Amino acid sequence: MSDSTILYETQKKLLAGREYIGVDRIDGPLVFIRKTHPVGYRELVECIDENGCTRLGMVLDTSSTIVVAQIFGGTSGLRMPSTHIRFRGEPLRIEVTEKMLGRIFNGLGQPIDGGPAPVGDEELNVNGKPINPTAREYPRDFIQTGISVIDGMNTLIRGQKLPIFSGNGLPHNELAAQIARQAKIRGAETKFAVVFAAMGVKHDVARYFIKSFEESGVLENVALFLSLADDPSIERLITPRTALTLAEYLAFERDMHVLIIMTDMANYCESLREISTIRGEIPSRKGYPGYLYSDLAELYERSGMLKGYKGSITQLPILTMPNDDISHPIPDLTGYITEGQIVFEREMHGRGIYPPVAGLPSLSRLMKDGIGKDMTREDHPHLASQLFAAYSYVKDVRNLASVIGEEELTPLDHQYLEFGEAFERKFVTQDKNENRTVEETLNLGWEALSLLPVEELHRVTEEELEKYYG
Amino acid sequence: MNERIIGLVKRVNGPVIEAMDVSDAMMLELVRVGEVRLVGEIIKLEVESAVIQVYEDTTGIAPGDNIYGSDMPLSVELGPGLIGTIYDGIQRPLEEIFKISDQYIERGIQCPSLDRDKKWHFIPLDLEAGFTVTGSMIIGSVQETERVEHKILTPPDMNGTLISIMPEGDYTVEEPIALVETQSGEKQLFLMHRWPIRSSRPVTERIPLSIPLITGQRVIDTLFPIAKGGTVAIPGGFGTGKTMIQHAIAKWCDAAIIVYIGCGERGNEMTDVLTEFPKLVDPFTGRSLMERTILIANTSNMPVSAREASIYTGVTLAEYYRDQGFHVAVMADSTSRWAEALRELSGRMEEMPAEEGFPAYLPTRIAEFYERAGFMKTLSGQTGSISIIGAVSPPGGDFSEPVTQHTKRFVRCFWGLDRQLANARHYPAISWLDSYSEYLDEVTPWWEEQVGTSWVQNRAEIMELLQKEVRLLQVVKLVGPDALPDSQRFIIEVCTLFKNAFLQQNAFDDIDRYSTTPKQMKMMEIILTYWRRGYQAIRRGVTLVKLRRIKVLQDIVKMKFAISNDDLEGFDKLNDRLERALNQLESIYV
Repeated sequence: MSDSTILYETQKKLLAGREYIGVDRIDGPLVFIRKTHPVGYRELVECIDENGCTRLGMVLDTSSTIVVAQIFGGTSGLRMPSTHIRFRGEPLRIEVTEKMLGRIFNGLGQPIDGGPAPVGDEELNVNGKPINPTAREYPRDFIQTGISVIDGMNTLIRGQKLPIFSGNGLPHNELAAQIARQAKIRGAETKFAVVFAAMGVKHDVARYFIKSFEESGVLENVALFLSLADDPSIERLITPRTALTLAEYLAFERDMHVLIIMTDMANYCESLREISTIRGEIPSRKGYPGYLYSDLAELYERSGMLKGYKGSITQLPILTMPNDDISHPIPDLTGYITEGQIVFEREMHGRGIYPPVAGLPSLSRLMKDGIGKDMTREDHPHLASQLFAAYSYVKDVRNLASVIGEEELTPLDHQYLEFGEAFERKFVTQDKNENRTVEETLNLGWEALSLLPVEELHRVTEEELEKYYG
Repeated sequence: MNERIIGLVKRVNGPVIEAMDVSDAMMLELVRVGEVRLVGEIIKLEVESAVIQVYEDTTGIAPGDNIYGSDMPLSVELGPGLIGTIYDGIQRPLEEIFKISDQYIERGIQCPSLDRDKKWHFIPLDLEAGFTVTGSMIIGSVQETERVEHKILTPPDMNGTLISIMPEGDYTVEEPIALVETQSGEKQLFLMHRWPIRSSRPVTERIPLSIPLITGQRVIDTLFPIAKGGTVAIPGGFGTGKTMIQHAIAKWCDAAIIVYIGCGERGNEMTDVLTEFPKLVDPFTGRSLMERTILIANTSNMPVSAREASIYTGVTLAEYYRDQGFHVAVMADSTSRWAEALRELSGRMEEMPAEEGFPAYLPTRIAEFYERAGFMKTLSGQTGSISIIGAVSPPGGDFSEPVTQHTKRFVRCFWGLDRQLANARHYPAISWLDSYSEYLDEVTPWWEEQVGTSWVQNRAEIMELLQKEVRLLQVVKLVGPDALPDSQRFIIEVCTLFKNAFLQQNAFDDIDRYSTTPKQMKMMEIILTYWRRGYQAIRRGVTLVKLRRIKVLQDIVKMKFAISNDDLEGFDKLNDRLERALNQLESIYV
């Protein structure tokens, strides 16, 4: 480094202590400050209002003439001349510690349960860093959730990111809570933790989760980050990052198996769109910014397992599809990043089926390596494939029946209808507290398949038929 | 490194940096930004100002930071040691980075692409001093892996006379192996040289395509074949199996070298390749598949501008091996992410958008990329090819979006993935209605010569049946299957059999994951026997129910799992059993 460079770098550090009085423009959650010292991109901003309260923010755009910062606490009540701004010279960091489990925080990681702020063991940058693909361990440990349609057909694997695509009024919270309660690795006692990030959800929803964790006695293993519907919308942008930072710490420094539930990703994306619109960026689809994919990937890719580390991060993001439309940019881009999806179907919910998981569009990409002999049971891969194939034919038959009437169907098609009914009522349907072992799940699957003639079962082997069919 | 300051940061907006006080900078020059030395590239030059796209996270970069020039365009290192390595989008070896910075990728890491310490055993060609040296000429070879004999090439822009060449022996990539007198003085040659990623390497001429790239995937090889040197697009919504097809082709196709570009996709998918490929054995040589594979991984959470560069990096490596006379297959998964990176950068530069926010130069860029494929006569007189297989991820699975539409203009083969098929777990979910291949006529002579003369008629017959089936299914949807006569219901029956027994292929089954061309041919013939003979039988009065009940049908459905590639007699036996069963059935009705 040359002398002039060293001088410049020292100057930059000294100037970082400066405080600016007055801002030049406020637009939504954004503040604009002119004539500053060189401010770094994504640097942490402290914005002090006239009552002396500090709101945190982040630099979005920096140039020699003007700096744009977004304020996570919102800008309401700020006056242009009396607002003080300080730049911290480093990105937003939070203190993390194991003691954060059992506590409730806001989106920035500050406690809101009345207790004191926990003393951190480490201070970490909330933005995280990309994981080197060569450092990853390919996930293949089966998690038994006790829910047949997940264990049997869309198996959850430790280290997977498997979102729930739901709609308003569908029981996604119930399912997420049930998974959090029941999920376990078979035959292993391990340290586990749940990190819960709420973005723009209602107080009732937050309370439902807290109550559900309380009842199952796991609350002391749960850290909650709440940025609820009446909190500033901009705070939602930082909430998942804070939560993931803690999750990474717990998983890779404290050897824990972390399940992180993020709800509702749709609200997160809305906030992103809000900021993008205010900044006048060129929108892509439906007004969402062109970088929505990259931004979501930054969150979703912070999961998995690493070589040489015992812990893992399993992500269960929940998103409500606007207007139940799976091709909407939010579910669409999510599906391109996550390793499968669990899709809810309003029609099944209407018929009283819980969980209303649509059989065909749901998918778990990591399933193939986590099931079968020595992991679940040797017949599992073929059985799942056969159930999918048969159920897909049921859908065709039902469409046909709605046109020509059930009477006109062939006897074989009638058998398929019976199978479909049994599959939905006995295999998929279960109680909100029912915890089935994977063997029970697979046996139920065979029970449903036994309604079909043996010639129709192309995807299972002779031996499996002999052992389980009929 | 001879660094010089070429300007100062003026504005930071994500991965795009505006520079001021710019002097002495070159368009597309590789630059380093700030004291952390982030890698970037100059993409716009004006009087005293420039726009730089940075390939790493720009957090903390402030106005006034220095920008250092490197005096060369963004280039890749070409030499022995590429095979089996996993690189990021700008050819930094991820395994080396892992050693330096542990599980996360730190910024500003400088790491040579090729191992500087490893010695390679170089065998020179018998060249005399005074020999005329031209570009891309072979001057010797190195055994890179057990299956790849790496030819050492002169840089493509070389012209001169040979002064000396080193004897056979062990050299690192930085030790000189030859000395050449050129117009601009004496030049040393090394085992490696550099080439800018955005320009294609020169060749003598393009050769018409005629050889199919055999993938072992029945629906591809038989219905929609791709030629060596061809281009193909695979569009499909999420969960339709783009990546599975790319993986299957990377594993089993008969190219000598595979370049797999994971462009903006999932981290675990790259890990899957990394853990699985070394264990898999190539059916042609019996060696590990990793010994022919180069991976470029720029996952979705890695910086977006490096994603833009990754496909150029990948295809440049492919061109280098093509110039040595290899057949190379490039998998780009997914080109949509690359197009989105273009869109994001264009948006940050405040350019006027065309369709859906994509820049107006999107089609040009797509065309440039796909045109780097081809069957070529190289400067060294060899022949080699690059086939590009690009996945496209259309938003909402809607093929009318700009990336799919523009890609369709520049590729000659199209494997459209169908959501319905994927939902029924019919994989590979390549739709036989939307897909097409313009290479059919080009590869037909090869099939007829190598496999069997009836191939083209068989294929046409089955395609016709599939088309007929669509129309019949529409009728069934309205009035039910009972309204159709047996002869027409039999078409549906045969098509269902064809889909289950032939088109569906299980990538995880040890036997089914890969089918040789003779196996594909035999399987098709058995199904066609059932069709031709069964149709005759129905005209003689045999009922459909009877035809369906033939016992041997169960074995036909499972023949893909049951009969291995080497056991062609197994198929003949199966065919005989089918014929006998049909004879028996007919004999009752005569």
